[in-house]
Amino acid sequence: MNKTKAAIAGLALAVSAVVAQAGEVEVLHYWTSGGEAKSVAVLKDLMTKEGHDWKDFAVAGGAGEAAMTVLKSRAVSGNAPAAAQMKGLDIQEWADLGFLADLDGVAKKAGWDELLPSVVSDIMKFEGKYVAVPVNVHRVNWLWANPEAFKKAGISIPTTWAEMIASGPKLKAAGIIPLAHGGQAWQDATVFEAIALGMGGSEFYNKAFVEHDDATLRSDKMIEIFKMFKATRDLIDADSPGRDWNIATSMVINGTAAMQIMGDWAKGEFTAAGKVPGKDFICAPAPQTEHQYTFNIDSFALFNLKSDEAKEAQNTLARLIMEPTFQEAFNLNKGSIPVRQGMDQTPFDSCAKLSMKDFSETAKTGNLVPSFAHGMATTSAALGAISDVVTNFYNSDQSAEEVVVKLANAIKASM
Amino acid sequence: MANKRPFTDMLADSMPKLVLAPSFVIMMVCIYGYILWTAALSFTKSRMLPQWDFVGFDQYTKLMANDRWAVSSQNLIIFGGMFILICLVIGITMAILLDQKIRQEGFLRTIYLYPMAISFIVTGTAWKWLLNPSMGIQQIVRDWGYTDFTFDWLVNSEMVVFCLVIAAVWQSSGFVMALFLAGLRGVDQEMIKAAQLDGASLPTVYRRIILPSLKPVFFSAFVILSHIAIKSFDLVTALTGGGPGYSSDLPANFMYAHAFTRSQMGLGAASGMMMLGGVLAILIPYLYSELRGKKQ
Repeated sequence: MNKTKAAIAGLALAVSAVVAQAGEVEVLHYWTSGGEAKSVAVLKDLMTKEGHDWKDFAVAGGAGEAAMTVLKSRAVSGNAPAAAQMKGLDIQEWADLGFLADLDGVAKKAGWDELLPSVVSDIMKFEGKYVAVPVNVHRVNWLWANPEAFKKAGISIPTTWAEMIASGPKLKAAGIIPLAHGGQAWQDATVFEAIALGMGGSEFYNKAFVEHDDATLRSDKMIEIFKMFKATRDLIDADSPGRDWNIATSMVINGTAAMQIMGDWAKGEFTAAGKVPGKDFICAPAPQTEHQYTFNIDSFALFNLKSDEAKEAQNTLARLIMEPTFQEAFNLNKGSIPVRQGMDQTPFDSCAKLSMKDFSETAKTGNLVPSFAHGMATTSAALGAISDVVTNFYNSDQSAEEVVVKLANAIKASM
Repeated sequence: MANKRPFTDMLADSMPKLVLAPSFVIMMVCIYGYILWTAALSFTKSRMLPQWDFVGFDQYTKLMANDRWAVSSQNLIIFGGMFILICLVIGITMAILLDQKIRQEGFLRTIYLYPMAISFIVTGTAWKWLLNPSMGIQQIVRDWGYTDFTFDWLVNSEMVVFCLVIAAVWQSSGFVMALFLAGLRGVDQEMIKAAQLDGASLPTVYRRIILPSLKPVFFSAFVILSHIAIKSFDLVTALTGGGPGYSSDLPANFMYAHAFTRSQMGLGAASGMMMLGGVLAILIPYLYSELRGKKQ
């Protein structure tokens, strides 16, 4: 009896000793697939080299939905992890509830304000103070094309939406599905977003999807955009509902389809299939958005911690994430581009180089806009409302005139 | 010695209560407690986390104005109605056929009952493949030479809700059959023999004697099936993901999306309460008739 008691006490001591060990960061993330897991391992190695312990807290599934549910219960019970992968306006919501740590010390020392475009740093700040640190940038307004398919149909890759619609019959005549698409709400929103940006321009886009200006949402321009959106429906095969994005990408890879509108995570599918950018597949900005850039940024929000050692480790984590070593290694694995400006471009492929060039250029001209389809522009409630309207419109015979009213009302109701 | 006996007696008396107490407490907290908690939340403007800012019936007003809620509750009525009706009809028919003292009954019964052992996720995924126009039933029939054959309900937003019915009926009708088979075996054989002596034909025996005596089984099957219908979530997630658009959404999916992924906990709670209302609307008349029956 006494022996077991002693053993239990010893075990408890050992456990508490492990917990109390200095400088541990627990990081909640949902990067669990091949390339993504490799990218996280980079950060883990860097942290260990600095003498801190990394406690991996990966929650797979549902594009982070599962991770968010876990995070909520952990945070509410007063046991938040040191850092959690989080995007866009979710950061503001968490900061508003007082959960996030102030990173201004690290940010000032490393000069984050100079390294990040202000559209990006605004998302990472709450009331002027950094509460989160950006990891990478995905460009969303890409058009992925199979040049072989276009050669077969005898046409060139469309640069306007009207050309895109016009290319439909010719590609179909050559036995090719013009546009590969998966009928899921977020993919519908991704295509819609590209059309809205291309036809409406950056100012219109910001007014409608960032500020939710009622007149813009109900405008004739918006009706036109919805009409174009519906017209793309003819470019898609009948089996698209429910299809995952990577299945759609594989249709472009093997030539059954000619194009796909998708963020640059699609590139990973091409390279995994041994395809070379510029030769086997083309990455071009989505039609009419050549000088515009919709960004989707992954970031880590850092939570308030009690012990000083933990805070210290947390600050190290934040500093490392923004340093060139991590930014380069991570983004080469993940297929995105570094969020830090002024980095060496040589190790990156041609698509990433184009993306890096456009990112810094659009940051200056004001054409760098947040992707609403990926939660960078609006709260999850407003995003949900917009995607509901968009996806329902795409899959029903609603008219464009009707849908703009529904859009404006749905956004208002979600506020 | 004389003192000990009453104590053990007392212990024996209170033993059932003691044993039941933990599960009773858990049930009170985890079911009824959380129902009240959800009800309270539905009157607040909670978004990402619970927030006790009461706004009256605002969330319910929003819910009623929400197009997606309208579609999902309409889907529930269509799906629930057809699912229950078809399951009952198929279940009774199969039970009666199996009751004809046939050979290998145990084997057949197992086959029909087996789908119930599978989770809705598996059922949904399997039927997603079967119903997919380019690789499922439609393609097979076309490969047989009937090139005009179309069966594209899964990608047709008007018809997709019937795909849910097909998959759910496939899964649950065997269970209904088992319920009725047990009921049929419980019917007094003397009564049937007496009726047959009086010259009643087999259909008449079933219609006039056996089926009416199965009324309690009907009720149980109905209640079980309707709660399966109302809480259906995994089937939709696996089979259609709610699509095309949100045309195959059911209230449970609506509730999950709003409460957990869209930071609209108040609205999600309100939709949860509406679902509870739906369950009670079925359950209360059932309990009433059951309890009244007992008193007589």
